[in-house]
Amino acid sequence: MRWVRIGSLDDIPRRGARCVASPRGRIAVFRTGDDQVFATEDRCPHKGGPLSQGIVHGTSVTCPLHNWVISLETGKAQGADEGTVRTLPVKVEGGELFITRDALAGRAA
Amino acid sequence: MTEKLVIIGNGMAPGRMLEHLLDAAPDRYQVTIFNAEPRVNYDRIMLSPVLSGEKDYEEIIIHGDGWYIKNGITLYKGHKVVAIDREANTVRSDHGVTESYDRLVIATGSVPFILPVPGNTLPGVLTYRDLDDVNAMLLAAQSRSKAVVIGGGLLGLEAAAGLQARGMDVTVLHLMPTLMERQLDPAAGYLLQKAIEARGIKVITKANTKAILGEGKAEAVELADGTRIKATLVVMAAGIKPNTWLAKEAGLEVNRGIVVDAGMCSSDPDILAIGECAEVGGHTYGLVAPLYEMARAAAGQLAGVANARFVHSDTPTKLKVTGIDVYSLGDFADGEDREEIVLRDASAGIYKRLVLRDNRIIGTVLFGETGDGAWFSDLKRRQVDITEMRDTLIFGQAYQGGDPLHPMVAVAALPDDAEICGCNGVCKGKITGAISSKGLSSLDDVRAHTKASASCGSCTGLVEQLLKLKLGDAYNPAAVQPICGCTTLGHDDVRRLIKAKGLKTIPAVMQELEWKSSCGCAKCRPALNYYLVCEWPGDYADDYQSRFVNERVHANIQKDGTYSVVPRMWGGVTSAAELRAIADVVDKFQIPTVKVTGGQRIDMLGVGKEDLPAVWADLGKAGFVSGHAYAKGIRTVKTCVGSDWCRFGTQDSTRLGIRVEKFMWGSWTPAKVKMAVSGCPRNCAEATCKDVGVICVDSGYEIHFAGAAGLDIKGTEVLGLVKTEDEALEVIVALAQMYREQGRYLERIYKWAKRVGVAEIRRQVLEDLDRRTAYYTRFIYSQQFAQVDPWSERVSGKDKHEFKPLAAVGFLQAAE
Repeated sequence: MRWVRIGSLDDIPRRGARCVASPRGRIAVFRTGDDQVFATEDRCPHKGGPLSQGIVHGTSVTCPLHNWVISLETGKAQGADEGTVRTLPVKVEGGELFITRDALAGRAA
Repeated sequence: MTEKLVIIGNGMAPGRMLEHLLDAAPDRYQVTIFNAEPRVNYDRIMLSPVLSGEKDYEEIIIHGDGWYIKNGITLYKGHKVVAIDREANTVRSDHGVTESYDRLVIATGSVPFILPVPGNTLPGVLTYRDLDDVNAMLLAAQSRSKAVVIGGGLLGLEAAAGLQARGMDVTVLHLMPTLMERQLDPAAGYLLQKAIEARGIKVITKANTKAILGEGKAEAVELADGTRIKATLVVMAAGIKPNTWLAKEAGLEVNRGIVVDAGMCSSDPDILAIGECAEVGGHTYGLVAPLYEMARAAAGQLAGVANARFVHSDTPTKLKVTGIDVYSLGDFADGEDREEIVLRDASAGIYKRLVLRDNRIIGTVLFGETGDGAWFSDLKRRQVDITEMRDTLIFGQAYQGGDPLHPMVAVAALPDDAEICGCNGVCKGKITGAISSKGLSSLDDVRAHTKASASCGSCTGLVEQLLKLKLGDAYNPAAVQPICGCTTLGHDDVRRLIKAKGLKTIPAVMQELEWKSSCGCAKCRPALNYYLVCEWPGDYADDYQSRFVNERVHANIQKDGTYSVVPRMWGGVTSAAELRAIADVVDKFQIPTVKVTGGQRIDMLGVGKEDLPAVWADLGKAGFVSGHAYAKGIRTVKTCVGSDWCRFGTQDSTRLGIRVEKFMWGSWTPAKVKMAVSGCPRNCAEATCKDVGVICVDSGYEIHFAGAAGLDIKGTEVLGLVKTEDEALEVIVALAQMYREQGRYLERIYKWAKRVGVAEIRRQVLEDLDRRTAYYTRFIYSQQFAQVDPWSERVSGKDKHEFKPLAAVGFLQAAE
């Protein structure tokens, strides 16, 4: 698997997110309060809201458009809502963040 | 002819007596009260919650000043009666006021027992009897240093818990081997000690205080065994004794208390005594239920009711320390003729003990789980033979008859004469009867009509179940809605605790208030952030990650992820230069839509996030600042052209609107605040459906508030008329600040006003000038930290990361 560096852990605020522009659309990269990092497509399964703009809590994010709560671990909508956003592998090494080239190419990760 | 009734003391017993008397014989007496405390009648049982910060003084007032005025009662506050002249039938106060009486009621209560040890008069040694004591303790607690409470009874433990909640390091000294030994058996006393210690309060039993040491102020407590415990505050809570010196001086018969008969008459038939100072049937009393019973008997006596007699009954004891549940009733000593049933669950911290004689309950001690107290008490009172249910009795009412009962069924099963409210002696039948006959629909209604749940509040759950039982789904419980799933606390409790405990960060709030999630959720975090911003304007660092995206990027997110930008146009007034600048920005950034808003502003829609700082930079050069069209904060002030142009205008509404907006912009509020000023009652600025509105009239400015024109449509309420523009501004600002301090997050002004009451808001911001000034001053203080233009800050580089992607990758590879 080929990894591409996208930035440093410190570039993302705790309980926050940044997005990465890619040919297949925007990728949201989240950092939780305890420094876990997750990546998903930056589209809420509900109406395509930019998840990277939501409030991050625990290992979930709340979409800014209609308050859907999405699990960052599984990509699944929580509670009564149904839908899944595609999650992407991300790794942290020495404070640097990497995602896979496959993810950028749009093939199933 | 009306007779003269004089009452010495203004505690809960005489207050209750007057209520009964006003019901039974409203015009018989002209009433005068002397109160040594400089205040009205308040609920002393609730002093502990005031000490711990769970309640405010205002919340525990029983009779406000208005009540005395309405009932024609003269109340001398801060007057201590120093002499009773039984020859002349007069009393005299320390301020020299002399009043004559036909009937006199002595209700001087009790005085704390002060240990006769050296150092007991040093500054820093306090007692725990009244609000002054609580205030003195709160002052001492600000030092956050060490406190010693002498006495491990009800009062001492409540004081200790309160001081600890206020941040002091507290040690409780108790003479006996176990805590609360008069109400609890040793096993429950032991569990109680564990529970108290688990909160970080130290407990030393068998502690015999020898002296209080210190040079000019209390510094340490020394025990008989030589142990020294450092303390800057020493609270004596080692018991009370009836306050009888005045009666003694007057030559009345005094034993331990003032001796009275069952009609509460002393040895002088013109003089009654009630409350903690009275001794009836050889007993003196300290809990509220028998004192209220005295009040009932005395009122009957004064009203001339023939059979008004005091009847002794056992009263349950409950400890008011949040999170520690203790219940004790009756006789629980061991004995030859007694049997007992005991349930212990060590890991859950539960202990229940029933003491039986001849198969009837004579005593109950419950620790950790006290829900069945009322049921056991009822069985005891009715002397029910429990043989049939003996095997399951200890598990409580829910387990009688096989399957556990739903609590509602349990309440339904209680007989009509079962006591629900121990403090006020209110039985089930009285409550359900009042609900039906008076059409009561809320907890407050029941409190007002029956007094049930109106004192210590521990029967509130039962009363609510009765409401539910009678009204079914029509009952909408006033039960506190938790903020979200992360906590069991409601908005008001959280705010109160933030203030009381001095919590200044979101992690501190979550830690101290035992949040159930690791870092909250999208509901509670923005609420907490607002409460902290509002409470600690100068100290708190806004938690950026707890703000909704609009308030992070200072623009409104749209359905496609772009943003809308609304610059501020003060009072809705603009100019050619401003319009030109907007036109240039629209061209330069190819902004697809430009729209005039409902608040008299111009909205540019469809701006990409990355472009926002550049858009703001250009707007800023033309003098624009953020319009806060995205904020839970002060939004817009709409105006009409007023007396400047309009032939009907009465005042310069445009100037006032601009002035209000320039004064208040930047302030965060629980929900958005939209305002308007109309120059005449034709109301072209539509001020009567706004959060705050002004209608100018010839005689001044009519201030309106609590309107709505969104999901709900509602005309405003009139707050009042003021004469000058300055006063209008001050009232509007005070109103906004009161709302900022009391509104729940996302609760618009009209909903807040419905909850608090228009009359109360008017009283606080219009009529009470001191309060108005205080609100106004606090608003001004917080504005110095709030009036910073967020756009220019971001143009200068703040939160840069927000507006740029972390990276752009993969493009080349994709092209390969």
